[in-house]
Amino acid sequence: MNVSANGTPLLEIRGLTKSFGSVQALDGVDFQVQPGEVMALVGDNGAGKSTLIKCIAGTHAADSGTVLFEGHEVHIHGPKDAGKLGIEVVYQDLALCDNLDVVQNMYLGRETNRFQVLSEAPMEQHTSETLASLAVTTIKSVRQTVATLSGGQRQSVAVARAVMWNSKLVILDEPTAALGVAQTEQVLALVRRLGEQGLGVILISHNLHDVFETADRITVLRLGRDVGIFDRRTTTQQAVVEAITAGVPTKVAGLPSTAEAPA
Amino acid sequence: MTTADADVVGPDRPAPLEEEQIPGGFAGLYQRAWLNLRTGNLGPIPIIVGEVLVVIIFGLTATNFFTAVNFVNLITETAGTAMLAYGVVYVLLLGEIDLSIGYVAGIGALIVAELQLPGSSVQMNGILAMLIAVIACAAIGAFQGSIVAFVGVPSFVVTLAGFLIWQGVILNKLEQRGTIIIQDRWINYTDAYIFSQWLGWIIAAFFTALYPISILYKLIVARGTQIAQQNWLLVGVKTLAVAIASFGTVAIANHGKVISTPLGLPLAGVIIVLFFVLLTFLAKWTTFGRHVYAVGGSAEAARRAGISVPRIRVLVFAISGATAGIGGIIFAAQVNSVALTFPPGNLLLNAIASAVIGGVSLFGGRGEVRGALLGALLIGTLQNGLNTLNVSNGWIYIITGLVLLGAVMLDTFARRLQARSGR
Repeated sequence: MNVSANGTPLLEIRGLTKSFGSVQALDGVDFQVQPGEVMALVGDNGAGKSTLIKCIAGTHAADSGTVLFEGHEVHIHGPKDAGKLGIEVVYQDLALCDNLDVVQNMYLGRETNRFQVLSEAPMEQHTSETLASLAVTTIKSVRQTVATLSGGQRQSVAVARAVMWNSKLVILDEPTAALGVAQTEQVLALVRRLGEQGLGVILISHNLHDVFETADRITVLRLGRDVGIFDRRTTTQQAVVEAITAGVPTKVAGLPSTAEAPA
Repeated sequence: MTTADADVVGPDRPAPLEEEQIPGGFAGLYQRAWLNLRTGNLGPIPIIVGEVLVVIIFGLTATNFFTAVNFVNLITETAGTAMLAYGVVYVLLLGEIDLSIGYVAGIGALIVAELQLPGSSVQMNGILAMLIAVIACAAIGAFQGSIVAFVGVPSFVVTLAGFLIWQGVILNKLEQRGTIIIQDRWINYTDAYIFSQWLGWIIAAFFTALYPISILYKLIVARGTQIAQQNWLLVGVKTLAVAIASFGTVAIANHGKVISTPLGLPLAGVIIVLFFVLLTFLAKWTTFGRHVYAVGGSAEAARRAGISVPRIRVLVFAISGATAGIGGIIFAAQVNSVALTFPPGNLLLNAIASAVIGGVSLFGGRGEVRGALLGALLIGTLQNGLNTLNVSNGWIYIITGLVLLGAVMLDTFARRLQARSGR
């Protein structure tokens, strides 16, 4: 993928801070994603990955910091705001309703309706088409409840839901954590396809193998700070692991971090 | 019919397990039924079978049970409980509970009684009084729902407090006066108004037409998509069943005579069917209903999908309050008064039992409005039949309890069977 380093970032975050009581979850985090780029977000447990994406998605309100989307400052106060901007999140624990079927879950909160009356057939049609376009073929019927699906199928539904809404930025939280080898490959291929289609993708993962297979760049968080941005083609797993376990913030206030600075 | 029938749209379609192989026509209908039976997807069948059994048993044993007059009585007796049970379904769908409905029903009855009181300064038309009462009850429900939604107090506790508070209000109001007589004819009509025979037939035709109209709407919406069409045989069978139920009810009701006055369809029966249709429509056909099921299934998933969970909670408790108010008015109209003994019998528990017998899960997200109607009918028939047999109240409670237990156990077994078959 050819990411223009000088173009306007799809998402740019400056100095994001968030604390829960005395716990400083995020401490002045800078972060950005270019359009068409798969940006991996890695870090140890408690590094602040989940908090960061929840701030982007509007689930948490940041204490301070600036969020720019397509170059404009935005204030995201909830999932609806994020959705309006074109930001979709696929959460680790999936966030599907077990008692609803695939179609109902795909359209949850955004049901096609005429005067509040549901239009089931178009929703069913579009769901089938979306799943087919993503090569999700294991789901026999889009009218079966999610409770009957396997973990991989649920993940497929969750990703498909995020993609279906003409989103610009898709955030995937550990999308392969619960999957087998073949299903993991499918989801990673799907992630790459999203980038190729020009979407910005934030991939959160513990699995550096997955990360190096899909990501264009890698942002490392440690103890609530960003400790480095790596280009996948020019770095090694070794370097990323070191940053995860022992990285220190390299940026000076007002200057871009060294890893990102133009040579 | 072609193999495309396998992709029937709508809630009635069986699970996809083996349905690719299900053909259309009679063979398909039979296979569908067999597949559902084998995998424990029984729907309302057990409760309908139970109702039929109860009717047969009492028809054979009780002399005054199998009469048109008693049939009309049964409808009016069941109406109030069914109204409350509808609200219970919505609250249970969220995984919440509303213990206050018995006394909220009492508040509804009290308000209409006060507002229609001849000679009082506020005396008004009964229809207006009923409207105000139902709105007030909805407001009570919304208030309790807001405490659940915004303060985060469990609904059990909030509505238990409501139970005590509204009981207290009724006691305070009626302790001195004992009973308020309701003279307004509009209010009393909610129970006792009898439609003329031909109007009864028209109403039956109206309700029968609703199901085919709903199918027609689905077809219109499905235009231009490749969603497969309905299994027309199934639609036909269901339409026939609805027709038999509506016209049968009117036929029996029209057949009755008290002394020499001919009976007919009671308004109370039309009210419960009307609200059954409205609330089923709300639950199954609207975005609001979809969100109710979603919040009941996973409140967190619903919230992340951008659904305002507190809004849904408040509205559902408002519905619960409103249906309780309507039920309360029907009960008051039955005795043309509101007394300290209101609500009658075990109203709250009967309403919850109706919904649960009707297959509504206490844990949220699963159940249908029709369950409340069928459950209320079963309990109503049971209690009516035992009354005509002159069985003591003690035994009526015991038998009702056993039926509740049996229904829930059957449901649990069916669910286990479904889980095993991967549904």
